[in-house]
Amino acid sequence: MKRTIIPFGPQHPVLPEPIHLTLTVEDEIITEAVPALGFVHRGLEQLADLRDFRQMVQVVERVCGICSMMHAMCYAQGIEGLMEVEVPPRAKYLRVIWSELHRMHSHLLWLGLFADSFGFESLFMQFWRIREKILNIQEATTGNRIIVSVNVIGGVRKDLSPDQIRWMLSELIEVEQMIMNLGPTLFDDYTVKKRTVDKGILSGEKAMELGTAGPTLRGSGVSQDMRTLGYAALNELDFTPVTEKNGDCWSRCKVRFLETLQSIDLVRQAIARIPNGEINTKVKGRPDGEIIARVEQPRGEVFYYIKANGKKNLDRLRIRTPTFANIPALLTMLPGMWLSDVPVVVLSIDPCISCTER
Amino acid sequence: MLHFDCGSCNGCDIETLACLTPVYDIERFGVINVGNPMHADILLVTGTVNPRNKKVLVNLYDQMPNPKVVVAIGSCGLSGGIFKDAYNVLGGIDKVIPVDVYVPGCPAKPEAIIDGVVMALKKYEVIKKKHSDSVPSRMKWRKIAP
Repeated sequence: MKRTIIPFGPQHPVLPEPIHLTLTVEDEIITEAVPALGFVHRGLEQLADLRDFRQMVQVVERVCGICSMMHAMCYAQGIEGLMEVEVPPRAKYLRVIWSELHRMHSHLLWLGLFADSFGFESLFMQFWRIREKILNIQEATTGNRIIVSVNVIGGVRKDLSPDQIRWMLSELIEVEQMIMNLGPTLFDDYTVKKRTVDKGILSGEKAMELGTAGPTLRGSGVSQDMRTLGYAALNELDFTPVTEKNGDCWSRCKVRFLETLQSIDLVRQAIARIPNGEINTKVKGRPDGEIIARVEQPRGEVFYYIKANGKKNLDRLRIRTPTFANIPALLTMLPGMWLSDVPVVVLSIDPCISCTER
Repeated sequence: MLHFDCGSCNGCDIETLACLTPVYDIERFGVINVGNPMHADILLVTGTVNPRNKKVLVNLYDQMPNPKVVVAIGSCGLSGGIFKDAYNVLGGIDKVIPVDVYVPGCPAKPEAIIDGVVMALKKYEVIKKKHSDSVPSRMKWRKIAP
């Protein structure tokens, strides 16, 4: 059979972000996929030379708009570890609340885009309608819809009033109800099963070997979640990582769906146990030494390496994001797939290109 | 309307997508998101320009039929924003293609984006009228950008 080369991206209706895949196709079956990256590269790590370590919080938030809270939290935790700052307990709980809200809005966004990738547009609209409720909560509590910008080194900038907490809980009940109503549509539908079950299979051993992270790994039955490390206040909250066994697109979808509900539960637990007190501490001096910080993002483990030398600017800032870890898995999943399944499989790893390229 | 992410942090992109969903619903102004630049009249661009995506952006702009309007979204699209000093950033969208409407914000809110698109629509009508006066009628549908 003659080989055909089909370019996929960088501008493609199914992708909100530019990634280019060169797909080699034999009779509509993919034999090879080669990615081309670099469309969104900004050179953000280098900005550490120009901005001081406090300003970098705002810069690392713009690594990725969808998971900005986690990036800033990870960076702040790294710097706090270097400077041996004790964050007040209330700030830790507030960080958990906002980061879990972020996870919810990211997963709902993904569930919508995933539904759109196999042409289920009404489901896309439904998920994004629910997501607006979460964004309303974020806007009401922090002042911005997406890039919430609440983290500072030594704590958080904003506090939650009792009124806001009461309103948030009542909104979350509604959100949970709406998500539960969409569950049967997503998981019992014949068409959805036909498009997702047994597509893009990744076994647990292969996933570990390729170093995948997050829901892509948990969808293959490996229970690995950085939240179990107990950063912020997570060591005082109860949860078990969600896993699914099959390792196909359907399992990855189910993991993210259940994680959304788990996040609602975590927010409730955090609100129930939140102590009173200060929300940030004064930080004096400059960081010195090197440290690694890890946080679970909606897409998996994000890893920060920070090297400082007691000056205003950091020596080196290195960010490794989950999508970077998941791209090799994507490339092993694609060969053998039908060309029409490419959008579903590409989206099933939840690609975040601006994270990957920074 | 065609949306292209030209190196933004996703913030403005998902806000642009949010405009298409029921809560904001930009379709009530007669705007539909298309995937093909040849079907588009309005180009929404988010994010900074770098040497690599510059070519893609110019290519997309050239493929759009005349008349066309460009909306730059977000601080990065306007001037480079927070990434202005980064080594791989050339600056705002207007360094590469002419921009008609600027929507500020980091990230720009859906209300602001809708406002920008509606302004672009008004501008489009004006340009279209001028354009149809200047092009002979038999050439109207064949005029493609150089």
